[in-house]
Amino acid sequence: MLKMSNISKVYRTELVETHALRELDLHVEEGEFVAVTGPSGSGKTTFLNIAGLLESPSNGRYELDGEDVSQINDRARSRIRNQKVGFIFQGFNLIPDLNLADNVDVPLRYRGWSATERRRAVGDMLDLVGLGSRQNYLPSQLSGGQQQRVAIARALAGKPRFLLADEPTGNLDSEMADVVMKLLEKVNSEGTTIVMVTHDPDLARRARRNIHVLDGRATDIMDAVSPNVMPLPGRGAARV
Amino acid sequence: MFSYYVRLALSSIRKTPVLSALMVLALGLGIGAFMTTFTVYYLMSGDPIPHKSHMLYAVQLDNWDPNEPPTESARDLEPQVTYQDGQNLIHAQTPAKRQTQIYASNVIVVPDSDEAPFDELVRATYHTFFEMFDVPFKFGGPWTQREDDDHAAIIIIGRELNDRLFDGENSIGRSVQLDDKYLEVVGVIDDWQPTPRFYHVDAGNQFEDTEQIYLPFTWAIDQPLLPSGNTNCWKPPDDSLPLMDAFLQSECVWNQFWAELETPEQAAAYKDYLDNYVRDQKAIGRFERPLNTFISNVREWLEVNQVVTDDNRVLVRLSFLFLLVCVLNTVGLLMAKFLGKGGEVALRRAMGASRGAIFAQNLVEVGVIGVLGGIIGTGFAWLGLQAVEKLYRGYQHLVHLDPVMLTAAIGLATLAAILAGLYPVWRVSRLAPAGLLKTQ
Repeated sequence: MLKMSNISKVYRTELVETHALRELDLHVEEGEFVAVTGPSGSGKTTFLNIAGLLESPSNGRYELDGEDVSQINDRARSRIRNQKVGFIFQGFNLIPDLNLADNVDVPLRYRGWSATERRRAVGDMLDLVGLGSRQNYLPSQLSGGQQQRVAIARALAGKPRFLLADEPTGNLDSEMADVVMKLLEKVNSEGTTIVMVTHDPDLARRARRNIHVLDGRATDIMDAVSPNVMPLPGRGAARV
Repeated sequence: MFSYYVRLALSSIRKTPVLSALMVLALGLGIGAFMTTFTVYYLMSGDPIPHKSHMLYAVQLDNWDPNEPPTESARDLEPQVTYQDGQNLIHAQTPAKRQTQIYASNVIVVPDSDEAPFDELVRATYHTFFEMFDVPFKFGGPWTQREDDDHAAIIIIGRELNDRLFDGENSIGRSVQLDDKYLEVVGVIDDWQPTPRFYHVDAGNQFEDTEQIYLPFTWAIDQPLLPSGNTNCWKPPDDSLPLMDAFLQSECVWNQFWAELETPEQAAAYKDYLDNYVRDQKAIGRFERPLNTFISNVREWLEVNQVVTDDNRVLVRLSFLFLLVCVLNTVGLLMAKFLGKGGEVALRRAMGASRGAIFAQNLVEVGVIGVLGGIIGTGFAWLGLQAVEKLYRGYQHLVHLDPVMLTAAIGLATLAAILAGLYPVWRVSRLAPAGLLKTQ
């Protein structure tokens, strides 16, 4: 599903050169739930941005779903982001002046679906996260946990095969965090590949596989079988 | 996607009401100022009779003082002709399809009702006037050549006067009392306001109302109805004669003279005819200056008489500069607004919006601001034109926004907003989403 080979990312200014990622190799199989851990500044977010095609690597090869996406143009990156990738952010990133339905509708607008298809998908996704009756609410009328569930509904609305979650429970209390994690686990059990960046070792343990990023390199791998997810046949074929 | 973008634009405008209001106001003020001056200019410089303006020619003959500086162009000549030259031409077999001689006068109208008598402007002319200038009739029609020849006591009135005297009824055959004379109504003119009033554009009254009374020239001279308006003489009329007779025989210019010439060949032949006419007059001691005759079609005539003054053009340019300043201010405001939307833009990019989609979305928002600015600007332009009407006499026909100008105002505002927005919109569409998502 995701294959990074020898990926480097260097940020240059007139005065300083920062190596955010150094020759990173990574392979995530389809259907995996991978937790990426590491200290602040280790390169987790840069990895996530490159994985989500929000940034291009300085060097190396990145294949997503069998397609080399290392150096494709903006239009093609946008199309792949829209069709194959879903994002969940720590800060939810809902658009405050759009109601829940319109927020979930955002990626579908760029997909070119008909109004009927979009309406059905939005309704299904909000039902999935238990907020189907609140389609016309504004984000400010919801709790943090509910907002993150809307964000998950938005990420899933276009049926992406690959979900990137950046500290998805970072702004939630433990109870809400558990609800969100259960939702992610359910989504993963239905076949969606998830890569989740987290600081929380408890959450990382719930993923099926852990990758530790340090100084721009994926330095540690730890298999961890999630209690409610069965291992996929042949998983772990590619490794750091 | 367009309707989605419009919805997002309206939502975004509501979200930043002060900033949006400032932009709409800046554009509105610029558009309002520009449209006010431009509307006056546009209507001043408009073609008052577009389908025929190239066929209607005003006539000028240089009968002036031989001691005056030489004539170099039509602008150096008086815009009117003498009564006797007008009469000579109107009774001659010229190459023109039609000709008409005109002068302005005043009469007292005595209504049948209890209403007090009132003063009214009069245009004395020939039957050809109405056909040449395509005057629309509500009732009846123009009088005939025969009635011109018979010096008939007939009258054509305007719709407003017909409403006033006859309650708007068909008044054909009824009589109107002018001073102590009764004239039979043969026609009622419908609303007719060529702007500028090209057939008589001197004396600064080119934007005034058309007259409500038209009389046969021959009858008016008989009364006599003395001319009103500009009358210029380079030597005094013979003071041994009664005033009107002195005027009729003088070298004073007080008549407008027009010819309808359908082709350039006809116009050239008519010009030759005028030259020959002046040569004949020279032979009998008139026209002591070098031979100078001019014919100018309607558009040329408006230029000759400088209907649009240089002041108007300067005002239009100044107001355009003001509009540019407003647009530049809008650029700054748009930068502030759009760069504040970085988080949402980054989110939309993450959800699959391309740079082009972000560009289009924000350009639509700029367009919506432009349309709102245009609507506000139209309001300002209306207020500006009302002020023009209050401040300047005779501009009442220039102070309305016609559909063309309304569309132009909104179109120009939208265009101005889009031009102002191109750079901010381009900048926002180039924002790197990665750095902004974390901070949203």
